[in-house]
Amino acid sequence: MTVILNQSFTGISIGAVLLLIALGLTLTFGQMGVINMAHGEFIMAGAYTTYVLQKSISSAGLSLLVALPLAFLVAGAMGALLEWLLIRRLYTRPLDTLLVTWGVSLMLQQLARDIFGAPNVQTHAPDLLIGNVSVAGVTLANNRLFILGLALLCVLGLTLILRLTSLGRRIRAVVQNRDLAEVSGIATERVDRTTFFIGSGLAGVAGVALTLVGPIGPTMGTNYIVDAFLVVVVGGIGQLKGSVITAFGLGVLQSVLEYSTTVSVAKVVVLVAIVAFLQWRPQGLYTLRTRSLA
Amino acid sequence: MTTTTSPTKTTSVAQPSVSLLERFRVPGAFLLGAVLLLGIAPLVLSDFRLNLLAKYLCYAIVAVGVSLAWGRGGLLVLGQGVFFGLGGYAMAMHLKLADAADTGQTLPDFMQLYGTSDALPWWWKPFANPAFALAVTVLLPMAVAALLGFLVFRRRVKGAYFAILSQALAAALSIWLIGQQATTGGTNGLTDIQGFFGYSLNDPVNQRMVYFIIAAVLLLLMAAARQLFVSRYGELLIAVRDSEERVRFLGYNPANVKLVAYVVAAGMAGLAGALFVPAVGIISPALIGIVPSIGFVVGAAVGGRASLVGAVLGAIAVAWAQSTLSDAFPAAWTYLQGLLLVLAVGFLPGGLASLVTLLRNRRTQTRTTPTASTAPTGETA
Amino acid sequence: MSGLGLIVRDLRVTFDGFKAVDGVDLDIRPGDLRFLIGPNGAGKTTLVDAVTGLVKATGSVRFGGEELLGKPVHRIARMGIGRTFQTATVFEELTVLQNLDIAAGAKRGPLTMLRRRKGTPEPVTKALETTGLTDLRDRPAGVLAHGQKQWLEIGMLLVQDVKLLLLDEPVAGMSHDEREATGELLQRVSGDHTVVVIEHDMDFMRSFARSVTVLHAGKILSEGTVTEVQADAKVQEVYLGRASEPEPAAIPVAEEA
Repeated sequence: MTVILNQSFTGISIGAVLLLIALGLTLTFGQMGVINMAHGEFIMAGAYTTYVLQKSISSAGLSLLVALPLAFLVAGAMGALLEWLLIRRLYTRPLDTLLVTWGVSLMLQQLARDIFGAPNVQTHAPDLLIGNVSVAGVTLANNRLFILGLALLCVLGLTLILRLTSLGRRIRAVVQNRDLAEVSGIATERVDRTTFFIGSGLAGVAGVALTLVGPIGPTMGTNYIVDAFLVVVVGGIGQLKGSVITAFGLGVLQSVLEYSTTVSVAKVVVLVAIVAFLQWRPQGLYTLRTRSLA
Repeated sequence: MTTTTSPTKTTSVAQPSVSLLERFRVPGAFLLGAVLLLGIAPLVLSDFRLNLLAKYLCYAIVAVGVSLAWGRGGLLVLGQGVFFGLGGYAMAMHLKLADAADTGQTLPDFMQLYGTSDALPWWWKPFANPAFALAVTVLLPMAVAALLGFLVFRRRVKGAYFAILSQALAAALSIWLIGQQATTGGTNGLTDIQGFFGYSLNDPVNQRMVYFIIAAVLLLLMAAARQLFVSRYGELLIAVRDSEERVRFLGYNPANVKLVAYVVAAGMAGLAGALFVPAVGIISPALIGIVPSIGFVVGAAVGGRASLVGAVLGAIAVAWAQSTLSDAFPAAWTYLQGLLLVLAVGFLPGGLASLVTLLRNRRTQTRTTPTASTAPTGETA
Repeated sequence: MSGLGLIVRDLRVTFDGFKAVDGVDLDIRPGDLRFLIGPNGAGKTTLVDAVTGLVKATGSVRFGGEELLGKPVHRIARMGIGRTFQTATVFEELTVLQNLDIAAGAKRGPLTMLRRRKGTPEPVTKALETTGLTDLRDRPAGVLAHGQKQWLEIGMLLVQDVKLLLLDEPVAGMSHDEREATGELLQRVSGDHTVVVIEHDMDFMRSFARSVTVLHAGKILSEGTVTEVQADAKVQEVYLGRASEPEPAAIPVAEEA
């Protein structure tokens, strides 16, 4: 029983990381139908922001707290710049955008290599986040709990923005019907850029979180990006609750499978499960109903 | 029932006269390619360079399939590494077993190092048979593509979803291979391959033979792909790419149309992987994961995805640039590769081939009537 | 070859609780030229979507004695039912000839498909003549004028060898002359084929319809000849009673999809 609970918690914490990454993706993918492969490099940017901050702020706790908003801004600005430079020219060609942003991702990785060196670097976790707490025989690592809390906080924040603010209403309007939103007087271009800023910023936040559980390196984003995209595909494009359910679901599935088989077999089984799932729900868990032909 | 702007007006239209040059353009280009690859290249290139070219031609074979599936069919195949890998591993497994048999062993060398048992795993055994191994190099990739394609296209999973799934498959396969150190060689892959169906690969003459086989296969597959391009199927494939639903309402099942292109492309990638092994002497997870899988698409994108010749030349050029630059200036190469993708895909979606078409059109337009319409696609041979 | 009739019984389509088509019965006899009219949201396009398998529906749709509901789109198409869309969808990168050739070929075997097209199939030549596109046969369909694209779509249905044509606003955005020509084309085509036209343009309907069905809020409001329908008080109420929100009669509905 404890084994199952422990494994589930590991799964949930994997899911939390996936969720943090997928949140931004589902926003940009949902709004613009754009697959941004450079999303992984925004994660990397967030992680390196933490690393750089720790050099000037010695207190690990304080630097982490500063890193969260700063990484959001850094990654968000990079995202908005990418949108302005490239992506907005390619909205009608989503598949080409995928390849173009992959090219950007290659260049950003190399840039990180040139600035920070190819080997991985590490940050110090605040004392508070080292160690475990035990609840009913289940060992919960503090850093994992922190990431889980952070992910849920981001979901909450994003939900509130989408539900309550006028920006959120505009974003939802564009997601549901871009043309109609445009003729209704919404400046879709500005909404797009803002969405990209927020989505990419969330990747930066995810990057900060990842420094707590692993090394920081130029290719760290690539390791997560495909899994995060699968979360978006299964959850349904532009659907927050779909992403939440899927991220935790896949995380738990992955960790349970890893426990009963091996990491590599688990990967294959998860993929098979996803293809099987799409047989049942080809548009993902939640979909927007439209009458359009596509 | 008289009309003013009646749609029944009939006029016979004169067939545009096809010039002799135009008529022999394609066979001529094919012949030129054959002379270059089979005649001139082996004469002027050193053994070392010819061997490198053999490797690039393997990538070009993959690009032929990419051009069909992506350029014509609109299927962004981001997981061609899977099929390349399946073909490559099938071939390498046979060659490893043959190498082992030559030295009187039952197990390939890496299994003696890392293996947990003295017996050959059951799924290795049939690969001792060369006919079986050869068939698997092509048929297994096609079968995997058929299964995935059937499931995915049937449910109308398309566009980005398909791209992500095929990419995830590449990631999964390479991770799985790495995990199976004892039976697949893990991260190292299957290396140090000595012989090729009884011929020693250390002998330059045999290496040249491998080159000739690869070049001949590339030419044959290009001819086959060209036939697919100009056939009715090729026209239908473009129709499916541009408006899948419309095709459905004409009574076709677009899933089948796409499946054919995907499966054929997978078979070509499998064959390329199989030929890569004797040319380079290794197959490993690093050659088939996410990054190399995208690499297979890059060449076609730069050269011109919808143009067969463009995709092939693009793949060769990118592979050449990579091996020339990546050792000397690894950083510069990565930037260049990224920049190529951004520029070619983002701003020249027809690739370099579309520039050629543009120039030719301009020339013919100044020579003939200005109303001569030209196809907007990068259709160059 | 005479067209087959379409028999619809108690057809219902529901989108998340909204009844888009709410118990429609329809009998369209072979060779008819039937116009489906009604205000926006009356369920006209959804009705055609249901018949062609694009949306799920309950009830019964029989064509030539065979049930259509539950069959996939391409099977329904192969039974001889063709449709067009509000926005003309032709394969823009292919030539007019290639468009028609593809439309003519759903029943081709694999070997024919793998061979190159040689010459022009007989039905394609005929359709080129009927639609007046012979001169433009080698042009990419993308460069055609709006009206010509619509004619090409109709031509594609003709070579597809359909018995029932379902046309969704075929004259939207056309000039007066183009409308006339299209109407006459439809009259010629019907007789051999059964034609159902969704239309907003009342003048066009009056000039060319053989029979008319008026849909309103997913239900059939009235049915009969043009004169009968025009005289129907309920129709007048729907169209004229709410004069403040009239049917945008001659205004083409552009880019609704």
